[in-house]
Amino acid sequence: MSFDYDKYIRPGKLPHIWCPGCGHGIVMKGLIRAIDTLGLEKNNTAIVSGIGCASRLPGYLDFCTLHTAHGRAAAFATGVKMAKPEMNVILVGGDGDGTAIGGNHFIHACRRNIDMTYIIMNNNIYGMTGGQFSPCTPTGAKASTTVYGNPDPAFDVAKLAIGAGATFVARGTAYHATQIDKLIVEAVQHKGFSVVEILDDCPTTYGRRNKFKSVIEMMNRLKDVAVPVKAAEKMTAEQLEGKILTGVLYKEERPNYTDEYAKVIERAKK
Amino acid sequence: MEKKLPTIEIIEKYCKGCHICVEFCPTKVLEMKGFVASVKNLEACIKCMQCELRCPDFAIKVTA
Repeated sequence: MSFDYDKYIRPGKLPHIWCPGCGHGIVMKGLIRAIDTLGLEKNNTAIVSGIGCASRLPGYLDFCTLHTAHGRAAAFATGVKMAKPEMNVILVGGDGDGTAIGGNHFIHACRRNIDMTYIIMNNNIYGMTGGQFSPCTPTGAKASTTVYGNPDPAFDVAKLAIGAGATFVARGTAYHATQIDKLIVEAVQHKGFSVVEILDDCPTTYGRRNKFKSVIEMMNRLKDVAVPVKAAEKMTAEQLEGKILTGVLYKEERPNYTDEYAKVIERAKK
Repeated sequence: MEKKLPTIEIIEKYCKGCHICVEFCPTKVLEMKGFVASVKNLEACIKCMQCELRCPDFAIKVTA
């Protein structure tokens, strides 16, 4: 049976601005299905973003939404969560927004373990501003500012989040569309800071410069490089070379910031 | 017994012609007509919903 996405989309907002074949639309669909599964109320759910292609996402959704300054989604979301701890807070953004401009906010939100979910759509590039290299652009890849190949190694967003102290870290891809909603459901249910990295494609500014002939080729690359964590346990280091692990990569229970801060308020009242 | 065919609605205003639905359809039901996708062979549809699931532009609705 067809899924009714229109229920969650602001009337008159579609078609969206994303380029033909951009995976952000697939991630948005996954997020909507996840919200539907979780039964989150529109008035009790805040979707927060920074600036960028991926950060345009909240504008289309009929929830409490915040489109904030570049990289500052985590900072604004912290404010929302502090003012209204009962609210479900979901952050969305791209790799440049989350790990470069908002890198500091991102790692400290991880460290504090604030009860929210951060969906990072990693398309390896700054798409909106014209294809400059981001911290997630792979070594050797071409961008408009690295025309002879990128000399820098790329960030592993999941490892960065685990290292900074996030208590739930998962990774999916735009190719594995049904996995996206499952990961988001689990991430939102987790009490603490959850990071879901979705590997995405940017056919316009990344694919075009890096010899991907079509959107389909980019999608199939995501299929080829992704290895589920369980399957990876049985694979040798040689087989895993160049592969990217997907699924729930890390999970732990730790006191979260919202609960701890409520205790501070109680102590101050005595 | 006659096979009950699904309806595949393509919202042409939303479609950006990325070819994803055409390529990922396992039974080649869809084709590109100019810049937008269109239904070529509805009889072959197995209602797998891959086109609806993968369309990044919210342009396809399959009702079985």
